[in-house]
Amino acid sequence: MSLSATKFVHPITAPPSTRSSDKPLFSTFFGSNHTKLRFNKPIVAAQRRSSSAASTSSPVVAVSDVVKEKKLKSASNLLITKEEGLVLYEDMILGRFFEDMCAQMYYRGKMFGFVHLYNGQEAVSTGFIKFLKKEDYVVSTYRDHVHALSKGVPAREVMSELFGKATGCCRGQGGSMHMFSKQHNLLGGFAFIGEGIPVATGAAFSSKYRREVLKEPGADEVTLAFFGDGTCNNGQFYECLNMAALWKLPIVFVVENNLWAIGMSHLRATSDPQIWKKGPAFGMPGIHVDGMDVLKVREVAKEAIERARRGEGPTLVECETYRFRGHSLADPDELRDPAEKAHYAGRDPITALKKYLFDNKLASEQELKAIDKKIEELLDEAVEFADESPLPPRSQLLENVFADPKGFGIGPDGKYRCEDPKFTQGTAHV
Amino acid sequence: MATLFQGVGAVTPFSASSSLDSNKLLLPSRKSLSISDSRGSIFVYRSDALNLKAATRLQLSPGHQKRSPSEDLLLHQSRGSFGAFGLYLHCLRIAYPWHELLLFEALREGLEEEMERDPRVCVMGEDVGHYGGSYKVTKGLAEKYGDLRVLDTPIAENSFTGMGIGAAMTGLRPIVEGMNMGFLLLAFNQISNNCGMLHYTSGGQFTIPIVIRGPGGVGRQLGAEHSQRLESYFQSIPGIQMVACSTPYNAKGLMKAAIRSENPVILFEHVLLYNLKERIPDEEYVLSLEEAEMVRPGEHITILTYSRMRYHVMQAAKTLVNKGYDPEVIDIRSLKPFDLYTIGCSVKKTHRVLIVEECMRTGGIGASLTAAITENFHDYLDAPIVCLSSQDVPTPYAGTLEEWTVVQPAQIVSAVEQLCQ
Repeated sequence: MSLSATKFVHPITAPPSTRSSDKPLFSTFFGSNHTKLRFNKPIVAAQRRSSSAASTSSPVVAVSDVVKEKKLKSASNLLITKEEGLVLYEDMILGRFFEDMCAQMYYRGKMFGFVHLYNGQEAVSTGFIKFLKKEDYVVSTYRDHVHALSKGVPAREVMSELFGKATGCCRGQGGSMHMFSKQHNLLGGFAFIGEGIPVATGAAFSSKYRREVLKEPGADEVTLAFFGDGTCNNGQFYECLNMAALWKLPIVFVVENNLWAIGMSHLRATSDPQIWKKGPAFGMPGIHVDGMDVLKVREVAKEAIERARRGEGPTLVECETYRFRGHSLADPDELRDPAEKAHYAGRDPITALKKYLFDNKLASEQELKAIDKKIEELLDEAVEFADESPLPPRSQLLENVFADPKGFGIGPDGKYRCEDPKFTQGTAHV
Repeated sequence: MATLFQGVGAVTPFSASSSLDSNKLLLPSRKSLSISDSRGSIFVYRSDALNLKAATRLQLSPGHQKRSPSEDLLLHQSRGSFGAFGLYLHCLRIAYPWHELLLFEALREGLEEEMERDPRVCVMGEDVGHYGGSYKVTKGLAEKYGDLRVLDTPIAENSFTGMGIGAAMTGLRPIVEGMNMGFLLLAFNQISNNCGMLHYTSGGQFTIPIVIRGPGGVGRQLGAEHSQRLESYFQSIPGIQMVACSTPYNAKGLMKAAIRSENPVILFEHVLLYNLKERIPDEEYVLSLEEAEMVRPGEHITILTYSRMRYHVMQAAKTLVNKGYDPEVIDIRSLKPFDLYTIGCSVKKTHRVLIVEECMRTGGIGASLTAAITENFHDYLDAPIVCLSSQDVPTPYAGTLEEWTVVQPAQIVSAVEQLCQ
């Protein structure tokens, strides 16, 4: 884990008064957290551009180190071109503004249920997904709006899905936590944590199968599986790390470690909180990267994705990031230390990219403002589209239960039940 | 041949897509008589006397009339030679060949034919590859198709089932084998949340043409955990189909149908039925996933069963026939959804229903079936539906205790006698 832990006091060591009674119990049973908080030396060799270069060499070298070498030799020291920079900026602004709009719409009663916002973590989504081809797969969790947007799902479709309208990307049947898009190869959207990782492994397996068994030329689709720190204590994570490394599947496991699983701090839940270490245990590179810096994420993403595309196997990337809002819109977010929040707010990825673009004369204030305005208009239009879209009619109720509706069986009259007109009307009982 | 077809009633033209157009006929014998219901499929008879086998598959439209009395007469004839007719049938055998095999071989044959037909069909599971499957269903396939197509997975049911689902979403047609159905309890998360639901929650964008299969049921003193019947746990999951095979013939047909189906299908096999021997046609055939199978037509009482209990029922049927009863035995085959047409026609004829199953008493398939029949055919029942199921007891190891948890033929006989009073 990085230096950040030393820069603020973790809630465990300075608990709010209401929880003080719990403290002794936890420090005895769940292992002392104190040692883990004192990261005086950077343990991981993956902090790029770190001035305190006391990086000890880990058994698996971070790819970013290798990249650093290459970059120093290139003519320009810049990581991105102007066009790339603007693309990244636009994508992150789209993610940020969209989520803010979601919050607004939620409090106005336009969307319901559990809505999990991605504010603050945009760098991870943009940094990774903008490197993918259209055919590559992305698998996400319930915090999937921005993954969908980065992958290319139009904002209006995501917004109307959130409003529960028939024009949503999943016809209103999925909702916030189940964004799917066949066209953009977004495989979900899963409500249970860890559930999407095997699906991602399957997509990667499919890609390998197409290349090796079906001998399709150019079948080198890479799958990205996004999930959080809480998931890294789940069995499915480990099982899939094993299988992916075993068969060298073209997959990248991206851990969005935002330190909190609803109200459970990562340090309280995990015996060894350094998630990147779990990669080498399974025979794949484990990388830790600053997830608040889109350029660092991008460099790591490039290497990991290209490694997968070449057929060299999976990579585990731990992105240290932070969500500025609560776990969901229903979470009052009272547990997290304000100092911690302030610390990370100061590392806002969008502000950081802006600064980089200005400092390196890649973009001007007007250009970025124009992008902001463009995105605002896009979102206004998306909300309008979602508002005006029709609600799903009754006839839609039974339509997608089965791909082959014969699966509803044969009714007492001898005909297949799906031939009953009540099915097309949605009034049949199944 | 003409006489038999007249007996079949209004025969619609064979559909061009039917892969089986053989008209092999076999005389009914004292052995099991498997005749599918008139709507749809197979007339399979087995005779020891003439050593022939016949299967006729007629693609009839739903709503077809039931068999006529002359046809019933032919079916009820048993034993003895048939003279010229027998010679005729013997000639048919040369024209329409068959072969004999065991149930697990039939499953393998179905699997292999589908793998040959479609290169996207693949198998994944524990020990399916090099070991050939713990019940030898996939023996030889890894050598033929390679380690990626017949994938030996580590012991991680939840994850490799999820992997199968992900592969199905992205274009493959995987068959996931649970070494024992009970192990799929570990995969419940993926089966319930993803397998059943993803087609719906994605708004119909992704299809999941996966087949999940494996042996379940009470074996010979395998202990509680290896003797589970998972059909009751999975039946509530929306979006999946469940079928149970009981003979080599329907095992192969259902395997092929399940692989070809666009829906996720769970195929339940039974540990004790893998070594059943039967003759099946050489020609390709695919059965319907939603239809039930008429095992023995009758007049007095409808006995609904599936999987291994079919054999207990047929054993009890022998005793019942000797005592003068005429049970109609239907192998429901499709556990979800139920074939309410075949069942309904039978109930309307006999007015008495006995359900014999190996599932647990509480919340089992029999419980659902009882509810479905009561709901739809209440007026036709002369007596309450009796459901004989296994006791709500973790299957004990001791042989005697195990025997008492499962329904035995003697119980079936006494239940029928009581119902038919």
